[in-house]
Formats: sequence, C-alpha cells, structure tokens
Amino acid sequence: MWIVDLPPFLPFFIGAIIALLLPPKLRPVFMLLIPVWGGLNLFFTHSLSQGVNWQLMGFTLELMNVDKLSVMFGYLFHIAAFLALLFALHVKDPLQQIASLLYAGSALGAVFSGDLLSLFLFWELLALTSVWLVLARRTDRATRAAMRYLLLQVLSGVLLLAGALLHYRDTGSLSFDHIGLSSVASWLLFIAFGIKAAFPGLHTWLTDAYPEATATGTVFLSAFTTKVAIFALARCFAGTELLIYIGAAMTCFPIFYAVIENDLRKVLAYSLINQLGFMVCGIGIGTALALNGAVAHAFNDVIFKGLLFMTMGAVLHRVGHVLGSDLGGLHKTMPRTTMFCIVGAASISAFPLFSGFVSKSMVMAALIEQGHDILWLMLLFASAGVFHHAGIKIPFFAFFAHDSGLRPKEAPLNMQLAMFGAAVLCIAIGSNPQWLYQLLPWENSYVPYDLTHTLTQLQLLFFSALAFVWLNKQGMYPPELRSVNLDMEWFYRRLLPATATRVRGVVSTLWCGLRDWVMDHWHAMPQMSPSSSYSAAQLTRRMAAVLAILLLLSYLSLP
Amino acid sequence: MTPNTDPNEKPGFFDKPSNVAWILRIFYALCILLFVTDFVVHRHIYTSWEEIPAFYALYGFVACVVLVLIAKQMRHVLMRSETYYDKDTEEESHVDR
Repeated sequence: MWIVDLPPFLPFFIGAIIALLLPPKLRPVFMLLIPVWGGLNLFFTHSLSQGVNWQLMGFTLELMNVDKLSVMFGYLFHIAAFLALLFALHVKDPLQQIASLLYAGSALGAVFSGDLLSLFLFWELLALTSVWLVLARRTDRATRAAMRYLLLQVLSGVLLLAGALLHYRDTGSLSFDHIGLSSVASWLLFIAFGIKAAFPGLHTWLTDAYPEATATGTVFLSAFTTKVAIFALARCFAGTELLIYIGAAMTCFPIFYAVIENDLRKVLAYSLINQLGFMVCGIGIGTALALNGAVAHAFNDVIFKGLLFMTMGAVLHRVGHVLGSDLGGLHKTMPRTTMFCIVGAASISAFPLFSGFVSKSMVMAALIEQGHDILWLMLLFASAGVFHHAGIKIPFFAFFAHDSGLRPKEAPLNMQLAMFGAAVLCIAIGSNPQWLYQLLPWENSYVPYDLTHTLTQLQLLFFSALAFVWLNKQGMYPPELRSVNLDMEWFYRRLLPATATRVRGVVSTLWCGLRDWVMDHWHAMPQMSPSSSYSAAQLTRRMAAVLAILLLLSYLSLP
Repeated sequence: MTPNTDPNEKPGFFDKPSNVAWILRIFYALCILLFVTDFVVHRHIYTSWEEIPAFYALYGFVACVVLVLIAKQMRHVLMRSETYYDKDTEEESHVDR
C-alpha cells in the first residue's frame, strides 16, 4: 500500500509542502525519510511503470519515462539527496530545507522527462529552486553571485524552450531523445545544455556561485544541476564529435586555475568542471564503452565530489572560511574529516580501489580505441593535474601544511555520518565495480583491474605526487595567496559594466550638448514682449514646430 | 575563528621532522619500485606513446611540473586583489548615487 507508481519528483515536492507544515524539530527527520521512501518506490515500481502522462494546453507531458539511463540517474539522485540531507540535518533554516527538497525533486523530474516540454519545466525549476541555496548565505557577495547565477541559468532555460519549439516546428515531435547537431533548433538545445554542463566560456556561473553558497548548499548544488546537463547531452547528443574537443578543453583549462586558486571550495568548483570534461568527452565519442564511462563517471563524481564539498563544508562550518592561505594543521582536531577528505581525494584522482578509477579509465580506453592520441594525452595530463590540485592540494593545505594554529572542533555527528556514507560508497564501488556496472545502460564488458591499468595509473599518480614534493622542496610551488583570478566572468563583471558606464558617459555628454544647442537657438528666436502679444509668440513657435514635423514626415513618406 | 594554540599541547605525529622524513623516504622507495617495475613487467601497449620506457611515470612528473610553472606565470596576468570585484561594485554604486 505504500508503494505506488508515482513520478519520482512528486514525493519530494509533496514532502516539501508537508515539511513546511511540520514543527521544526520533526522536519529534518521527516526530510531524511523522503529519499529513502522515494528510492525504494523507484526500485520496486520502475519495471512495472506504465508511464505517467499529464495534459497541458494540448501537449502531453510525459513525467515517467523509464529506461536504464533514467533509472540509473534516478538511483543516483536519491542517494545524493539522502547524503546531502543527512549532511544538512543540523540546519534550522526552513528556506534551505525546503529549497533543497524542491531542488532534488526537480532534478529527478528532469531525468524522468519523456518530452522536451517537461524537461524545460524541470530545467527552470532547477534554477529557481537552487538559487535559494546561494541566497541563504545572506551576504552581499552571495546575493550578487546568486543573481548572476540565476541570469545564466534562466538564459539556458530560454534557449531550451526556443530550441524545443523550433524542433517541434521542424519535426512535429517533442520527444526527449537523440537529436544530433544539425538544425538551428538542435544548436539552441546544445547551447542550453552547454550552459548547465559548464562548457568553456559558459562555465563562470559555477565557479562564481558554488563557492558562495552555504556550507551545506554547495553539496546539493554539486550533485544535481551539472549532472542533469550531462544526462541531457547523453540523451540528445551522444556521438557528436564536437563534444570530444569541448570535453578535452574542459578537462585541461580549469586545472590551471585550480592550482592558483585560494578559496578551496572554488578549487573544487574548477575541478568539478574538469571532471565534467571527462564525461562530455565520453558522450562525444559515443561508443557503448565511452557512454557507459561517461555516465558511470557522473555517478561516481556525484559521490566523491559531494564528499569533498562536504569536508570543505565541515571546515567552513567550524572555521568560518576555506581559504587555503589561512588554513593548515586541522588534522589535529578534525582527524575524521581529514580521513574522509583523503578518501574523496583518492577517489577523484582515480587511485586503484577507489571509485574514480573504475569509471575514468573507461573514457580513456574509449579514446585510445577510437585513435584520438593527442586528445588522450590531454586527458592524461588532466588526470595528473586533477590529482595535483584536488588530490593533494585540498587535503594538504586544509589539514596539513603549516600549522595555522586553528583548533576547530570535529564536524557535527550528522556531517560525519554523511561523509562516512559517501566514503564507504567510494571505496565499495571502487573495489566492486560490478555493482555499478550492472546499472550501466549500454552493453558492457569492460574490466578495469588488469596489470597494465593498475600499474600505469599508479605510476602516473605517484610521479605527479613526486612533482609536488619536488616543487615544494625547491620552493617553486606557488604559495596560497589571498587573491582573485580573472576568468571569463571578467567580461560581464568588469568589461561590460565599464563599457556601459563609458557609453552612458558619452551619451549623456552628447545629450547635454544637443540640449544646450537646441536651447540656445530656442532662446535666439525673436522674443516679443509677453504682455503685449504673448499669444503671437507662442503661435510662431508652435507653427515652427508643426512645420518641422511636417517636413520630417514628408521626408519619411518619400518612397 | 582566531588561532588558540594551547602551549601545553603535545606535538603531533606530523610535527616531528623525523616522522615526515620517514614518510617521504617510504614514498621515494615506492616511486623507485614503480619505476623499476615498468622494466620488469610486460604491460600492454595501445598507442605508440606508451612504447617510451616508463612513459606514465615521466609524463606524470613532467605534466605536473609544467602545470605548476604555467599556472605560476598565469598569476602575473590574471591575479588581482581579493577585493577586485567588490571595489568595482562600490565605485558603481557611488556613481549611481
């Protein structure tokens, strides 16, 4: 009686309303039950589902499109929501509580959408619900970042709607299925997905807003928005060659920023783009191995990147900031968080027996299989780089390095439990990849653990670490500095406002000049004594004005 | 949060230079071991790059050194003060008033 065929977003949306009405003491526990119930419901009913359709203005909204791809992301989002809700169990702010439930629900709605119109609705809901997790920080900086975030997210939604409608006009179908890059409509959809997937140049909303969100909010943010975009790309643009190059660029450029960035959550935001690059690359290759690699990596990334954001969230919660320059030595009082962070770091760096290894190697193998040697070298460079900044830099500067003298308390119990859960999943999937592989949507026979893979990966990682040690000993490693590094956002945060200010200046100068010139001539007109023939003066002026207008109109009406 | 170190605090495991030195020695030994293994074990070759002896070890090391050196140079071009964008908005709101 408890199990019904419901679209998976509904438990979250209804749960959000009920949670709002519950007394604050009961609310967190109730919220924690929603993903558990929703996940079980999905597990037991998805094979029997008849599909759930709603009618809206003559269109059919398919809200329960079940296939292996959507079910895999469905499970993933339930796990992510549970861990993140557990991590945020201590939060008393109803704004964040409700927003996070609605946000997780929107992500689930998007991956089970069967048509582009439903996708659009959930796509916009993702933006509108997630922005509150940034706003809830309640600082001026966060508010500004949230508005920039919302602007780009809504732009993505508008492009998606325009693309969907054009696609409907071209093909008469709104189905959310393979589209491929050909028509104008498909390009609009491609860019809409590209904004949310943080393509190079369109990525700044991510590095801008994620580090400004609340300690718990970023954990939610890192899980859903970008992975929905990866899902949409895998659905509509699998095998689009352009994606291979975009993905390769995404793996490489953020790691340079990550090395010199001081805010450790921003380092993680850059490394999130780097990880998305591997997935985008896999989708671009489009073979079964590559696509499986892409979605498997999305699955693992949600968990290990969530774990890393949780550890930094715990530090932020206890210390009040996550600036690499001012941290260090925290392992003394936060030993468990340190351990969890190292597990997350090992997973993202794709150490054998940790989750990143079993999925990233699939994309790498697919690249070699297709003969993309140079791109393979780029991704190998990025693999070494990600270990360098996310694997070593994050744990080292936060928990070791020089002793900052900070002695914060260990993270709250609920945070520790959430980090523990994520860490266990990282190791469990890494050592038993078949658990993940059986969920994969395409035919799969990949074996991650053989001598060559394990040895070469260990060599790559150990010698990357050796480079870090050597550079540190030589004093060549760039110190953590309090700073801002210019990125593409400079164009709209600096150049555009500065240009606008200048244009406004020029226009207002011109306007003043014109006004003075007109007034000068106005006053130069013969003035008659107002007392004697005021009406005559007024009449002359009006006639002059009417003549000027007539002249203008006659010009305009010329053929 | 302000630093509040307790003067009576016992030095931790990583505070002793000898411990750190030992960790590094073990690490170096593992690196050498992995390097040597490459010449002992026959690994599969998929691309011509992999025929270079100990390719992955060399590539990992060189990649990270190059990464850090380029990133350091990027600082000269890209680094601004922490309040770079804040200043900007202050000036703007000043103009607006």
